Amino acid sequence: MKFGVVRFPGSCDEVDAVLACEQQGEAEILWHGDRDLKGADVVVVPGGFSYGDYLRVGAIAQFSPVMDAVAEFARAGGPVLGICNGFQVLCEAGLLPGALLPNVELRFVCRQVDVEVANADTPFTRQCAEGDVLSIPVKHTTGRYYAPETTLAEIEERGQVVLRYAEDYNPNGSANGIAGVCNAERNVMGLMPHPEHAVDPLTGSADGACLFASLAAHAAEPAAA
Amino acid sequence: MLIRPKEGILDPQGQAVERALPALGFEGAANVHVGRLVELDVDSVESVPEMCERLLANPLIEDYEVLAVE
Repeated sequence: MKFGVVRFPGSCDEVDAVLACEQQGEAEILWHGDRDLKGADVVVVPGGFSYGDYLRVGAIAQFSPVMDAVAEFARAGGPVLGICNGFQVLCEAGLLPGALLPNVELRFVCRQVDVEVANADTPFTRQCAEGDVLSIPVKHTTGRYYAPETTLAEIEERGQVVLRYAEDYNPNGSANGIAGVCNAERNVMGLMPHPEHAVDPLTGSADGACLFASLAAHAAEPAAA
Repeated sequence: MLIRPKEGILDPQGQAVERALPALGFEGAANVHVGRLVELDVDSVESVPEMCERLLANPLIEDYEVLAVE
């Protein structure tokens, strides 16, 4: 199976994302100016500072040619994972509910956090079990998940909260401790923590690998998700 | 266009400014909010609200106001 990893001007985590994907299958960079997804089974929108984060984080990247193709792929049911800036881009593009606001402390946070798997019945977490605690780093300034009350209630009800910061680990003031959400169809997910930086015990944790392994398993056998 | 954080959404930037003012001796400033100003030249202001809706503001978290000057 093949992962496609988007590269915008200002992306900076796409190489780690490719390395994480290559543990599970093939991976190729998708250039922001192309509409070609190069036959990818899974698209990863990585972290960084796309288009300089000008205006608002993720605001300008949503209109790049590659995002047209990614939105079309997502609407057809293709799995799309947005990490950090990628999460912000997917929210701005309307592919995920809610928005990311500046951290409540107004500071850049860079630390290892524990996140709990709140829903293991998604293409992104099927190799995990509900309640699993994953140690994954966060590094962001604009990661406070926000959605209006009615939307929050809806996404909680529908099981769209996929990952939640463990108690005392919410690094940014996110509503309901939400670290990662998916759309109602469960084929698009965004998260602020960086699973691609946690795929090798040498760097402290390999817990992030289960997301990429889940996606590879989903690509091989979607019906089992 | 004046773009502001929506009412009711926690605005830590505004709060930080509000706390800084008394430290400089400016007492009595309340409800401080920090937004942004976008200036542009257009022939007609008709398209401006749509610009705000689609790009310049995020209607989920921000309100905008169009200030047209002839």
